[in-house]
Order: sequence, then structure tokens, then C-alpha cells
Amino acid sequence: MESLSNKKKVLEVKPLNFWERAYLPAIAKGLSITMGHFFKKPVTIQYPEQKREFSENYRGLHSLKRDENGKERCTACGLCALSCPAEAITMTAAERQKGEEHLYREEKYAAVYEINMLRCIFCGLCEEACPKEAIYLDGDIVQSDYLRKDFIYGKDKLVEAPLNQ
Amino acid sequence: MELAEIGIKFALVAIIFGISLVVAMYSTYAERKIAAFFQDRVGPNRAGPFGILQPLADGAKMFLKEEIIPTNATPFLFIVGPSLAILTACIASAVIPWGQNVVIAGRTIPLQVTDINVGILYIFGVVSLGVYGVMIGGWASNNKYSLLGAIRAASQNISYEISMGLSIIALLLVTGTLSLGEIAQQQHGWHWNVIYQPVGFLLFLICSFAETNRTPFDLPECETELVGGYHTEYSSMKLGFYLFAEYINMFISSAVMVTLYWGSYNYPGMDYMNELLGATWGPLFGFAVMFTKVLLFIFFFMWVRWTIPRFRYDQLMDLGWKVLIPLAIANIVVTGIWITFFS
Repeated sequence: MESLSNKKKVLEVKPLNFWERAYLPAIAKGLSITMGHFFKKPVTIQYPEQKREFSENYRGLHSLKRDENGKERCTACGLCALSCPAEAITMTAAERQKGEEHLYREEKYAAVYEINMLRCIFCGLCEEACPKEAIYLDGDIVQSDYLRKDFIYGKDKLVEAPLNQ
Repeated sequence: MELAEIGIKFALVAIIFGISLVVAMYSTYAERKIAAFFQDRVGPNRAGPFGILQPLADGAKMFLKEEIIPTNATPFLFIVGPSLAILTACIASAVIPWGQNVVIAGRTIPLQVTDINVGILYIFGVVSLGVYGVMIGGWASNNKYSLLGAIRAASQNISYEISMGLSIIALLLVTGTLSLGEIAQQQHGWHWNVIYQPVGFLLFLICSFAETNRTPFDLPECETELVGGYHTEYSSMKLGFYLFAEYINMFISSAVMVTLYWGSYNYPGMDYMNELLGATWGPLFGFAVMFTKVLLFIFFFMWVRWTIPRFRYDQLMDLGWKVLIPLAIANIVVTGIWITFFS
């Protein structure tokens, strides 16, 4: 019966000829292939010294941004924590006192802001949720460490450096 | 024998021993580096410039690891195994001629520890002793994987020693002597035995891959089937001895192949070079030539290792008994006819 697609291809099983059974030509061919690789440039990127270039929209370590006057943008609204599918973000809000206007942009700010880097999946939903453009995943990769508690990054690690320093 | 001669012999033994240890040590480094290059990688490069201190770091690691002797192992034989393996690997180099006689300060020094007239048989004897190290180690471990690896090693070595011996017989028909020193001398200039015995060389090459347990034939330590093979239960420097013995064996069998087939220390134009360099530096240059050939063979061993996958066990036995032995016998017959009628 003719097959429907007509794509069937009948393969002949040919017995190996003498040179194929002797293996030696095949081995010589294999050796020449590996020798070709011997002189190729290695593809290794030697990590601590060299780094692979990240793409423009690479999502790395979070940073909490400041505005043009160096004030923290975050107002501790909690939308990032709410949007976070991995529940990695926690924060405690506080009211801005008199004399702290140069530190925080709005009357409310995050006194504690912690991201658990072991929970974070770097999806970028916090970035999208933020109404104040305060959080961006524009950093490097997360450094390795020994203890779980050291992966909970607080404000000391997350907030951008002040402007005039 | 006067005292000075004994001193020179001891110095020669020490030098050859040292060279084979250093070569084996840096073979481990070269293996990893060459494997890396064949796989488009960089290889070890952290210990010292280009990682050349890597063998020292590995050695220190081996010495500092915990010594484990399994409860059900036979303690004495468990230690004898690796010792025997490395001992037999080291003593095979005694009969290899490393160069012509060197004249230093008016004294003629042969670059061969001893030129016994049955040199090839000595090497065969030592090589077949080598498998006892593997056998005893695998047996004493009291572990089924070790035992299987040891049995494989034994049956493989027995099978391939036959065709190795037969390939040598054809060579002996050509050379007419068993002494390695004389065989080396006969290959003066470009009269290398490989020209007269290409099939014999091929057989010898395949068999030495099998005898040194190198890759297409490394079934005794087949990781995918036997965990680690005969050295599954070994740790620390006892494991190091087994691995080290493999590299020394590779060095020695490369040297034997160069001596028997690839002209030893001879090279075209050696008479001219000997006149040019004098009686001291000429033979030493010959030694350098031989050493280069040996290193090329070691490279070839590694090249094959990172190209060809391992045989299945029945294929290994098929190749040994059904292909290599008939081929070796045919080689003997053809060589015999050729010798009888044409020379």
C-alpha cells in the first residue's frame, strides 16, 4: 500500500565493507576531527577575571533608587511586596520626622526594606508594580555566601549610594 | 667493576628514575590540559602560571587525604597491590637504551642501565608482573566491583600479551637479536624498524594501549559499569600510586615503542650532527631526539583517549583473539618468507 504522505524512505542495510570493518580509517577521521578542535580558541569565559556581558534588559540585583536631589524614592506602599510571586520582599513603614526632608521624598518611607535573595526569582514584577520608580533590577548577579541569613539583603545593600559621594 | 663505574651506574639509575617520575607527574597535568584543548576548554590554570604547579597540588592533596582500609579488606595485600603496581612500572626502564655512549671527561658512559641480551623478554616479564598489582588490589578490596575490574584487567592483559608477543617475534626475525641496545644500534640513521614492520608496529601499538589500560581498552576502570574498577576502595596515596603507575607505564611503553620501531635515538643525518657536536653533546642530542619521540607518543596516547570511546567487553575479546592474533601470525609468516627469499 502506498503511504499517505509519500515521505517514507526505505533504508537499505548494507553490510560493512572491508575498510569500515577495519575501523582504522574511521579512527583516523576521528583523530583528525579532535585535532581540529585542539587548535580552536577555547570558549571559556574565566569568570572572576572576565565577565559575560549582560543584555540591556538583564534582571540582576535590585537597587532602591534616589531622586535627582538624592532623596529615597520609596514610600513603603507595599505594592512590590504584594506583587512579588515568591514573597521575597518585606518592609516596615515609618513616618518622616522634621529635619529628614533631605533624606526621604514623601512623608512615609521604608524604615526596614528586606529582600530574601534565596526566594527572589528575578521576575521583575516589583519593578513593574512600583508607582514611584523606586526599585529596579539593574545590578550585578547575587554574590555567593555561606549562611542563609546573609542572603536577606537590607537597605544597607539595596539603596543606591548618595549622590555627592 | 671499579667504584667510579658503580657510582656512575647509580647516578644513571637515579636520573632515569627521576625523569620517569617527573614525566609521569607532568603527564597528569598534560592529560588534563590536552583534554581541555580537545574539548575547546582552558584546563587547569590556577596553580602557578598556566597551572604548572597543579601536579604538586594534586600530590599534596593525595598525601593529606585520609587513609582508608575497608574492614573486610585483607590489609597486607591491600597495601601490596599499589606498591607492586608502581614497582613494576618503575623497573621496566632499566633495559631501555636512552642514547649512544657519551664521553664525559675522557670516560665513556653508556646511556643504558644494563644491556642484558634478553632485554625484550625482561620487559615482557615486568609488564606481565604489572597486572598482579591490579589483581591483588582488586582481590584484597573485598568488593565486587573491584574484583570485576581486576578480573577484566587480568583477562585483558593475558589476551593482548599473546598478540604483543607474536608481533615482537616478527620484529625479531628482522633484527636477529633480543638486546634492546643492539636493536637501537641497527636502526642507525633512517633504517627504522617501522619501515620494515608497519603491521607489527600497529599490532604492538594496539596491544600497548591494552596493556597500559588506556582508553579504548580501559575496561578495568570502566566508571559507567564498575564505579571505579579495581581501585574503587582505594583512597589517599594508595590510589595515587595506581594512577601514577598508569602514567609511568604509558611513558615506558612509549619508550619501548620508540626503541623497537621508531629508531630509538637515531635520526637522519645523525653522523653529521655527531661530528659537529662532538662525543659529549652529539649523543646527548640523540637522547633529546629520543625523548621528543617519547613525548610525541605520550601525546598520541592522550589524543586517542579523548577521541575514541571505550570498547564493549565482548568486542575487546573479539578484537584480541579473532583479529589481532591471526593478523600477528600472518605477519610472522609474511616476514619469514620475505626474510628467507629476499635477504
